[in-house]
Amino acid sequence: MRWINRRPGRLVAFGLAALPFALAVLGYVIASDLRRAANPADKLLPAPAQILDTALSLATEADRRSGDVLLWLDTSASLIRLAEGALISASMGLVFGLLIGLIPGIRTTLAPFVSVISLIPPLAILPILFIVFGLGEVSKVALIAIGIAPVLIRDIAQRTAEIPEEMIVKAQTLGASTWAIITRVALPQVLPRLIGALRLSLGPAWLFLIAAEAIASTEGLGYRIFLVRRYFAMDVIIPYVIWITLLAFLMDLGLRQLHRRAFPWAGPAT
Amino acid sequence: MSFVTVSDIFQSYGKRPILERVNLEVAEGEFVSIVGASGCGKSTFLRLLLAQERPTRGSISIEGRPPAQEPDRDRGVVFQRYSVFPHMTVRGNLIAAEELGGERAGLLPRFFGARRREAAKRADAALERIGLAHVADQYPASLSGGMQQRLAIAQALAGRPRVLLLDEPFGALDPGTRLAMHAFLQDLRAETNMTVFMVSHDLEEAFKLGDRVLVFDKPRWDPIEPEAWGATITYDFDARDGGIPFQNRPFAETPTSQAQEDDHVPQV
Ligand SMILES: Nc1ncnc2c1ncn2[C@@H]1O[C@H](COP(=O)(O)OP(=O)(O)OP(=O)(O)O)[C@@H](O)[C@H]1O
Ligand SMILES: [Mg+2]
Repeated sequence: MRWINRRPGRLVAFGLAALPFALAVLGYVIASDLRRAANPADKLLPAPAQILDTALSLATEADRRSGDVLLWLDTSASLIRLAEGALISASMGLVFGLLIGLIPGIRTTLAPFVSVISLIPPLAILPILFIVFGLGEVSKVALIAIGIAPVLIRDIAQRTAEIPEEMIVKAQTLGASTWAIITRVALPQVLPRLIGALRLSLGPAWLFLIAAEAIASTEGLGYRIFLVRRYFAMDVIIPYVIWITLLAFLMDLGLRQLHRRAFPWAGPAT
Repeated sequence: MSFVTVSDIFQSYGKRPILERVNLEVAEGEFVSIVGASGCGKSTFLRLLLAQERPTRGSISIEGRPPAQEPDRDRGVVFQRYSVFPHMTVRGNLIAAEELGGERAGLLPRFFGARRREAAKRADAALERIGLAHVADQYPASLSGGMQQRLAIAQALAGRPRVLLLDEPFGALDPGTRLAMHAFLQDLRAETNMTVFMVSHDLEEAFKLGDRVLVFDKPRWDPIEPEAWGATITYDFDARDGGIPFQNRPFAETPTSQAQEDDHVPQV
């Protein structure tokens, strides 16, 4: 049988999907063992048991200096920033995307501007944000918003413009005003797209968040990783990275579920 | 008296003429079929009737009123595709036909409470009549092509337009479903006496449903530059009374087509 026609069964598929993960873990364990055999004090590839130990104490024990449990302190700080940035960007994406996609006058005015803005590398203007908004929360949220809002706006504008002309004309023949077309015809049809676009933007959003936290912050997942880097604390960095990955995965999963529940007419999310 | 008056319409895209010198008078309640070669400008003519576009020259008026600047409630429309709203249920599509143009109570063009129940009742009655009551809560994507087009027609009619415009409404349907749709459309017409324009690629359908059949074609043809001239109405057949004398021609009486016409069993 040709390879393109061979389909693994359920069990085999599960095993195949798990294989790379298992190999990665195994590779780490072996490398860690080798290094520690050569130098028992090695900090670069700490033993899995030590990582687990540190992770556990990060998640359960209060920090000696501040009295906070570090993992949760960092997680809540980062998630709040991320959520605020994503919320602001999504709202801007919807409002401007719909207006640009539907109203020629606004499209002519704003589309070129948004295109140019979206070309600015957000990290390049991070210093400006720090200077203008200070080192507090605003500049970090602003970086996320500036980083992903233009993409969302362009995506939603594109999707809005792709709504078949026939549907817009049909709504007009039923007497719909511009406002009625925006709220009853266009908005519900781009909402599922917004979720899709947001899912794609979460990667960049994390990037901007961690960058901003690394540079100026007093707590946050990105802050912690870059702080302990000075002490080669791989036993802290590795659990944090795994935790961030897990959070990103759960957010993606949540958005996908939301898509499925809220928009049964839109077909499965990809 | 002329209800829809088309006077001396020209339409070009860029320098390319599509329609030229189109004149037409249609009485209220007439069913006008439009046929012609692909790309000759039938849909363009319909878009002009719809006021989705404005002609380069000439004007179209309904009941002697000034030409419309944009699509409005006087004109209902059904396209071959994308004529219903995919994000609304079947019932929701019919309710929306009233909501979209209705007076707004609050911020949203949406009915609530008693008003919505009233509209839902009317929608359900319409669904009962077009045989879609059993799928009222489903989304259009789960409906067959014929069901979607029935919904689209019912939705257009729910807006109570003066003129109904159909652009190849049955073009994507199989022959059996098509016949059922013809019967459906004829029933609706008998009830509402609406003025209808229907573009079709099917001559038999055009003559069967239409009171008049208009043929769009290029009166002048430049062999070197085929795009130099636009199309106009080259024939205007009277298709009433069985299309006499036109439908006495053999093609309308071939046994197969006759058998098909009698076969009104809905296969939707
Ligand atoms: N918006 C437009 N801009 C430029 N050219 C157009 C536009 N719309 C239509 N045309 C051209 O006008 C011509 C007539 O198009 P139209 O859609 O009216 O044809 P039609 O008779 O409906 O054809 P069909 O039977 O294939 O539907 C076509 O050659 C098309 O390419
Ligand atoms: Mg056409």
